[in-house]
Amino acid sequence: MAAHLKKRVYEEFSRVVQITHEEAPAKKLRLSKPSKSAALHIDLCKATNSTDALQYLLHFARKPVEVESVEGVVRILLEHYYKETDNSVRLKIASLLGLLSKTQGFSPDCIVDDAINTLNNEKSHQVLAQLLDTLLVIGTQLPESPTVRLRLIQMACKHLSDTYFGVRNKCLKLLGCLGTVDAPLTKDNEGADVRDVQTIISDYFGDQDPRVRTAALKAMVGHRHHLMYVCLQACRLLTDDYEQVRSAAVQMVWVLSQLYPESIVPIPSSNEEIRLVDDAFGKISHMVSDGSWMVRVQAAKTLGSMLQVSPHFLEQTLDKKLMSDLRRKRTAHERAKELFTSGEFSSGRKWADDAPKEKLDRNTVYLIASGACGAFVHGLEDEMFEVRIAAVDALSKLARSSPSFAEKCLDFLVDMFNDEIEEVRLQSIHVLREISTHITLREDQLDTVLAVLEDSSRDIREALHELICYTNVSTKECVQLALLELLKNLNKYPTDRNSVWKCLKFLGSRHPTLVLPLVPELLSTHPYFDTPEPDMDDPAYIAVLVLVFNAAKSCPTMPALFSDHTFRHYAYLRDSLSHLVPPLRLPGNGLDLVDSRCSSGSVESAQLFLQQSLNRVSTIQNLEAPGAQELLNFTIRDLQRLGELQMELAGAADFCATYLRCQLLLMKILEETYKLEFLYGGLESRQVATIHHVRLQAKALQLVLTARTRQGLDPLISSCEKFLQDIESFQRLFLAELPHLQDSFVDTLLELMPRLSSCKPVEMVKILQTTLRQSGLLQLRLPEQIHRATATIIEPTGESDNPLRFTTGLVVALDIDATLEHVQDPQNTVKVQVLYPDGQSHVIHPKPGDFRKPAPDRHRLITQVYLSHTAWTEPSQIEVRLLLAYSSSSTTSLSAPKLGWSDSVDGLQSPEAAVEGTIPFSKPVKVYIMPKPARR
Amino acid sequence: MPEIKVTPLGAGQDVGRSCILVSIGGKNIMLDCGMHMGYNDDRRFPDFSYITQNGRLTEFLDCVIISHFHLDHCGALPFMSEMVGYDGPIYMTHPTKAICPILLEDFRKITVDKKGETNFFTSQMIKDCMKKVVPLNLHQTVQVDDELEIKAYYAGHVLGAAMVHIKVGSESVVYTGDYNMTPDRHLGAAWIDKCRPDLLISESTYATTIRDSKRCRERDFLKKVHESIERGGKVLIPVFALGRAQELCILLETFWERMNLKAPIYFSTGLTEKANHYYKLFITWTNQKIRKTFVQRNMFEFKHIKAFDRSYADNPGPMVVFATPGMLHAGQSLQIFKKWAGNEKNMVIMPGYCVQGTIGHKILNGQRKLEMEGRSTLDVKLQVEYMSFSAHADAKGIMQLIRMAEPRNMLLVHGEAVKMEFLKGKIEQEFSIDCHMPANGETVAVTTNPSVPVDISLNLLKREMALGGPLPDPKKPRTMHGTLIMKENSLKLVSSEQALKELGLNEHQLRFTCRVQLQDPHSDSDTLHRIYTHLKSVLKGYTIQHLPDGTVMVESIVIKVSSCAEDANTKVLLLSWSYQDEDLGSFLSTLLKKGLPSGLC
Repeated sequence: MAAHLKKRVYEEFSRVVQITHEEAPAKKLRLSKPSKSAALHIDLCKATNSTDALQYLLHFARKPVEVESVEGVVRILLEHYYKETDNSVRLKIASLLGLLSKTQGFSPDCIVDDAINTLNNEKSHQVLAQLLDTLLVIGTQLPESPTVRLRLIQMACKHLSDTYFGVRNKCLKLLGCLGTVDAPLTKDNEGADVRDVQTIISDYFGDQDPRVRTAALKAMVGHRHHLMYVCLQACRLLTDDYEQVRSAAVQMVWVLSQLYPESIVPIPSSNEEIRLVDDAFGKISHMVSDGSWMVRVQAAKTLGSMLQVSPHFLEQTLDKKLMSDLRRKRTAHERAKELFTSGEFSSGRKWADDAPKEKLDRNTVYLIASGACGAFVHGLEDEMFEVRIAAVDALSKLARSSPSFAEKCLDFLVDMFNDEIEEVRLQSIHVLREISTHITLREDQLDTVLAVLEDSSRDIREALHELICYTNVSTKECVQLALLELLKNLNKYPTDRNSVWKCLKFLGSRHPTLVLPLVPELLSTHPYFDTPEPDMDDPAYIAVLVLVFNAAKSCPTMPALFSDHTFRHYAYLRDSLSHLVPPLRLPGNGLDLVDSRCSSGSVESAQLFLQQSLNRVSTIQNLEAPGAQELLNFTIRDLQRLGELQMELAGAADFCATYLRCQLLLMKILEETYKLEFLYGGLESRQVATIHHVRLQAKALQLVLTARTRQGLDPLISSCEKFLQDIESFQRLFLAELPHLQDSFVDTLLELMPRLSSCKPVEMVKILQTTLRQSGLLQLRLPEQIHRATATIIEPTGESDNPLRFTTGLVVALDIDATLEHVQDPQNTVKVQVLYPDGQSHVIHPKPGDFRKPAPDRHRLITQVYLSHTAWTEPSQIEVRLLLAYSSSSTTSLSAPKLGWSDSVDGLQSPEAAVEGTIPFSKPVKVYIMPKPARR
Repeated sequence: MPEIKVTPLGAGQDVGRSCILVSIGGKNIMLDCGMHMGYNDDRRFPDFSYITQNGRLTEFLDCVIISHFHLDHCGALPFMSEMVGYDGPIYMTHPTKAICPILLEDFRKITVDKKGETNFFTSQMIKDCMKKVVPLNLHQTVQVDDELEIKAYYAGHVLGAAMVHIKVGSESVVYTGDYNMTPDRHLGAAWIDKCRPDLLISESTYATTIRDSKRCRERDFLKKVHESIERGGKVLIPVFALGRAQELCILLETFWERMNLKAPIYFSTGLTEKANHYYKLFITWTNQKIRKTFVQRNMFEFKHIKAFDRSYADNPGPMVVFATPGMLHAGQSLQIFKKWAGNEKNMVIMPGYCVQGTIGHKILNGQRKLEMEGRSTLDVKLQVEYMSFSAHADAKGIMQLIRMAEPRNMLLVHGEAVKMEFLKGKIEQEFSIDCHMPANGETVAVTTNPSVPVDISLNLLKREMALGGPLPDPKKPRTMHGTLIMKENSLKLVSSEQALKELGLNEHQLRFTCRVQLQDPHSDSDTLHRIYTHLKSVLKGYTIQHLPDGTVMVESIVIKVSSCAEDANTKVLLLSWSYQDEDLGSFLSTLLKKGLPSGLC
């Protein structure tokens, strides 16, 4: 085979030479070159010295090689290899061999022999190392060949004794990747001890070169079996001089602990025994105070993934065993706790407050505690913030799996709120939120947490609000404290309004019984005297009301404490801030008729109502039937109201309503169908099929209209063809859904397909007309989970009467702050549109960094939009809104008929039509601006 | 055995007046040259007459190394160099060199101008002294002379504090100065590589303390200040000018920034301003955060902290004032304290230790009525808080450093004897190394076991490699044959042939011969043949030849047989081997002494 190939290569070679004789231009020659191998061969032959050859090879390596010629190229390279005397060229050839054997579709087993052969004759260490690397590539390409594998391993073993560290490194790597576990490796000379790969690798834990030690450890990590007996050696390497070795050893110990967590190991110098995972945990904890920060990061990270460790050991990581002058001292945390339990407020005013108590026995104090003692205490106050972040992460992982540990690490996490790096602070707040299901905050802890509310960084404050939403507190004082601090925050940073309100909503609904005794004080009611009615526009008062109303939802006795104006305010807030104020059952009040009906019915009844509405609609056979449209209109109204009242079903109800409106208004269908497809998340393919079906109907309608209004056959023929294509693609896309679409429009069309494709356009239009009329309303099945993508612009509010003044020709930055719900991949899809009064519109793509993700399925967009315009005589309003961009494969085909469509039905599309391929999904906000003429 | 001798002139089982003499490999080094704050007489400086009774110190010391700028580590420097007399090099880091003269000048002013002492060093002397200083960089190896080299490591503690690694030949000593193993707001943690010195001289101020996490302390401090400010109170923080003051400034500055607070913070001027200037310059000596952000903003360019003027103390509204001195015994801090003491909204925070007798000590102990000079009394209504911000390593930190450096011996200084005793026991128990804690003037000698470097010829090494097993195992020593040549202070290990050639000597053969009597009733030639077959069966893998001239050769060992004159049955075997084959030869002789087995043909 090889000989044949060679011959072929030579043939090609000779042919190329002939062409050169014909004095063809050089470029043309390259184009017509049949194989790279031939060219390479000439080049290599031409090369007079090694630098030239190296140049050719480098040049060669830049271009890909097609599969057929790989083998030929390899032969030529090898041939040249044997002749070459220069090390660097041989090295390059060796690396090329490795690259070539990676070529898809090429099986490198034919060059194994040659590679091994070259390996045996090679003298240069660098080239040897490269060859071994090549062998590794070949070995990984041939995973099913045990013989090759065995040979390679033998080669590696042979070269392990090389004096150059690189060669030993590569050998170990090869052993690590290819060495099989089950088959013990018999050395080729008979009678020698049977050693398996692991033993061989573990011999090199003691190598004199740190790089080789690292490679050995890494090779061993790859080998996840039969590791027990290397445990001791790995532990010894934890104290190695070189950081890379220690780092690899940490990894190694971790692997061991994950494999055999329950094995029992003896503690040296005593006759006790502990679990392996505990032992490993202790050892890695020790590495958290290592000299190199890379190792510390690694150790801290690793600790986080050792979840099987016993709680006793886990808790030690937070205990540093303080002492002062040999007396046991309590930590500040313990003191705080004690003060709290003794019912006394933290004084901290006495000098000797932290005076050490009992005397310690000298012999029991272990300064270097052999164990996990204080690992996290050290990690959390490390110099490098990378280590601190790793430690915080590890804490969170461990705390999530162990509630008791979560309780203990609370104090430490709270302390991290005061870190000097914002990233660390933010991370620790997030972590605390994640574990907050396990914990209840004590008053003093809450106090510390709330102190952060005054932070000037918006991210920190919002993270903290998020945290308070999820926190449980224990006493009414805590609730009061939280409320006070939040009001303070509101006062200092008015932009936090929404976030604070939301926070109080959760606080109220979580702790109704704790809020109850506070109500008179909060609403400043008095048993005898009427108090002045508070200002309804005061955000602080609204905040208090939000807290109270949410608490009142699950506490029926509370409304009795309300004064008259509170009820009025409730009605107002229920309407204006319905997402924050829950429906309440208020005694003897006419205002809440709708609410009471709604609150009595649960989600199930609403669901039932939804279903019934849909069923009712399904009785309509034909859209043109009298009364049908009215029924649809009513149903749509019902559904919309239902969605407003029942937040849980808002998505579903809204979806159904929109669908019905689609049916009703086939005019706006194209836009609406895209809205349906891209604005809602969680759709199943069945719903998508339904939506596409509607779109198809609309297209048919379009076609009919075009045929009626337009003269001339040519455009009609092309649009007919397009329509047929659309039907085909629909069939292709939703083949699985077709059975559900029986008796529908598309079903009929598909039946008529042979006729349609052969008939004339006019006839086709007629068929379409009849089928459209006859086709029934397609039943919409309720999808499981539907989320509507929404956006709310929080800033600018559009309430300001002061125009934003700027000089024409210059730009002014407008701060935009918006919340996005259920938007997938907002970085690419969300855009900001600015509409000027003269009809000009700009679309701005916010930077990816402007999106933050405070919670799953929610994004926060905080960005700046630059505005500019020519001079105006007086201030006017511009509109700002958010757009959701979509890209659909059919969008391009859609744009052409759309023109004709809007021509014919003038005025139906609003003048500020959506920008191509985008859906406006937020309410527009008006901003008053005033570009002044520049002063000369 | 060579020894390293250490004699503390100060700081031996004591805090203050650090001055340690080390003689290593024939070099004498003075580590630190500090003064004692507690004394006002001769005892405040180390007793330099220990080195020499009269005359200058230059010829007795090879160099002086100053670890950082605190006066208890550098206060006696001008006295030593200018008044006692020393002209050799003085090593210190760049920040220390910059800040040290400011502090020395301040110290001089207080003693001479305020207390009116005479016979003290002058400003000119400080300047002259600083001219002798050679600056050091971190991790830079400086050759003091041909044999002595020193290298500085980061020590935390204060700006520019360094640990020094001193090396002569293969002997080495590490002196830590003061250091801190936990990083703080403006400094990083001490770090040293695994240099395995023969002796580690460590401070042990907190030998018996394990400290709580610094975060609680910081949080408490900030909370107290914040609460007081919110109440509209004034906060006084008495500080010593350098070190902790900057730490607290950074802490408050970042807190103000974060919390968006508006209340003013003042710093009483004076030497601090000059020192702050240097803090801005030596950014590389600070911690990760400051180093990484100084391009945007230098953390020591305080935005909220302004210079204090005496008139500000009467301004209404909340404020925070840092004022010197730290123990409220005199100066600006005392004046402000007197003004503010009457209002319970105000607060004073003592960030450090106070000596007995000072107002600071009194108020910390809860005294609410103070007697001032002129028989007036002062009601103390303001709140008094105590916050410890110390930058020394605690017991765990000291152990951590030992683990990092892996010394062969330990020596503790700069601490109280009782506390040292405890730590000493712990170190000996945990690391099983010797630990010393000499008192002032007491000399400790540490014997070292220096390794002697020998050049080995490459040929010899390669030959041995070829002979031996697959790999040299660093854990197992191996014997090899060679000749050690000592010539002109250098040691060389070469093969014997080369040694002969180099030294121009003739090779002498040394042969051992021995006779073995054997009872064998055969003829000589038969006996020889029997021996030949016997050896062949016993020694496998050796070349054994039966030569025609009536001898048997095993490798190079010759065996001959002759009959005894008296008894034909007693055969005398003659064995002869050269010195190199001693092992095999003696084995053969013992083997043959046992006689031949009967079963041989």
